[in-house]
Amino acid sequence: MRATAIVAALLIANASAAFAASEADYQAAYAAAEAANKEAGTLRNQWTTTASTLAASKKAGDAGDFDTAVAQAKEAEALAKASIFQATSEKERWKDMEIH
Amino acid sequence: MASSIRVRATANGDITEVQALIQHPMDSGFVKDAQGNLIPPHFIQELTFEYDGKPVFVADWGPAVSKDPYVKFSFKGGKKDGELKVSWVDNKGATDTTTAKIQ
Amino acid sequence: MTSRLAIRAATTLALGVLAFTPAARAAETIDPVADNAAFQKFFTDKFPKLQLKDFVNGPYSMNEDLHKQWEEKEEFPPYEFSLEDGKQMFTTPFKNGKSYADCFPNQGIGIRQNYPYFDDKDGKVVTLELALNRCREANGEAPISYVKDEMAALTAYMAFTSRGKPMDIRIPNDPRALAAYQMGKEYFYTRRGQLNFSCATCHVQSPGQRIRAEVLAPALGILNAMPIYRSEWSGMGTTSRRFITCNSQTRGVPLAPESDEYRNLEYYLSYVSNGLPISGPGARP
Repeated sequence: MRATAIVAALLIANASAAFAASEADYQAAYAAAEAANKEAGTLRNQWTTTASTLAASKKAGDAGDFDTAVAQAKEAEALAKASIFQATSEKERWKDMEIH
Repeated sequence: MASSIRVRATANGDITEVQALIQHPMDSGFVKDAQGNLIPPHFIQELTFEYDGKPVFVADWGPAVSKDPYVKFSFKGGKKDGELKVSWVDNKGATDTTTAKIQ
Repeated sequence: MTSRLAIRAATTLALGVLAFTPAARAAETIDPVADNAAFQKFFTDKFPKLQLKDFVNGPYSMNEDLHKQWEEKEEFPPYEFSLEDGKQMFTTPFKNGKSYADCFPNQGIGIRQNYPYFDDKDGKVVTLELALNRCREANGEAPISYVKDEMAALTAYMAFTSRGKPMDIRIPNDPRALAAYQMGKEYFYTRRGQLNFSCATCHVQSPGQRIRAEVLAPALGILNAMPIYRSEWSGMGTTSRRFITCNSQTRGVPLAPESDEYRNLEYYLSYVSNGLPISGPGARP
């Protein structure tokens, strides 16, 4: 019984270690988000919310809260990618709105 | 420098209609500038229209009135070519006044 | 978590769809004349009670109550102070003795309806604001902000001298001019920002309807009243100011004033409103 409890405790400890983000995770996630946003910039189609989410990620990262920082960075990357998708698909889709 | 008060008064029979546009920042004191500092309150506190030496319209204003306020009202007893005097005092003690002939 | 997965899924699906899309719609010839006719017909059909010239009043022609308030306000309009400042600025010479009148046809009086125009030396669209700053720089003066204050005052005066004149934008038979016009048109209909609105979403699909508390203006004649005193701004703003704020309101990062995209957009919007009178400077809620 005691052995099971110890094993369980060890498993839980390992599990939480697996979920806790490291600074390296944050840097990687932030870099990916920034790169995507930069690409959106070349398409002249960045979103304001991408910028504010990146800022939130950086703020959390600077404070050492890497779990939040990574989550925000991944959200920012998704927003940036959506803005890229918008720019590329609208190259054709704009015609749907056109007055004829 | 031109007056901050533009006024036009038109007599229509017994009734004189008055419009005025006043140039004034009317800062409420609640708004922050780009640096995050409060812009101090700077607004007209009293606005008076006088005809024949008697007030026909007096307004007690505060921070709720927006920038460059516009006023419109009518009063009885005014005559064509009569003089309407307009003056204001703000919370910093500044004043301005002008007169206009009723058309 | 779910939204992120959903976005990724949507992206993958969409990319897949694009891969199977047959050849893009046949390249269309650029026909501004046909566009102008179709654009004006669309709005006059949509609002049969309005005369063509009424469209330049934006939301005021869309709502009776607003119209009544606006008519009263026009007797003593809020742009009056800026207009007076603009006249003074326009007539005051530069340090070198020259003045704005020297840079413009007809001394700069009654010409606003010709802007923007296509500059064939530049190969680009030139707006009135751009021309004013170029005039300043050519005469040793520092350029001024494109969005408000002095620029709004100057253009308010120049618009005032053109009041009533019909918008008269020319597109020369130059492939670069036609391309600029077409890019402006594409910009107008392209959705942007996280809210995924195009200019058309509000100003073609929903004029007269409300967005939050505001009544939306029709796109036809929408630049004829520029620059405007906007109650929301408690001050004047130019076309650049409006383009920028519209972008950020849809959560899109705005471009710099007088970017190519904005110049082209102004070119398109002005051209399809040809014939409608200049009503600037204007007042808006």
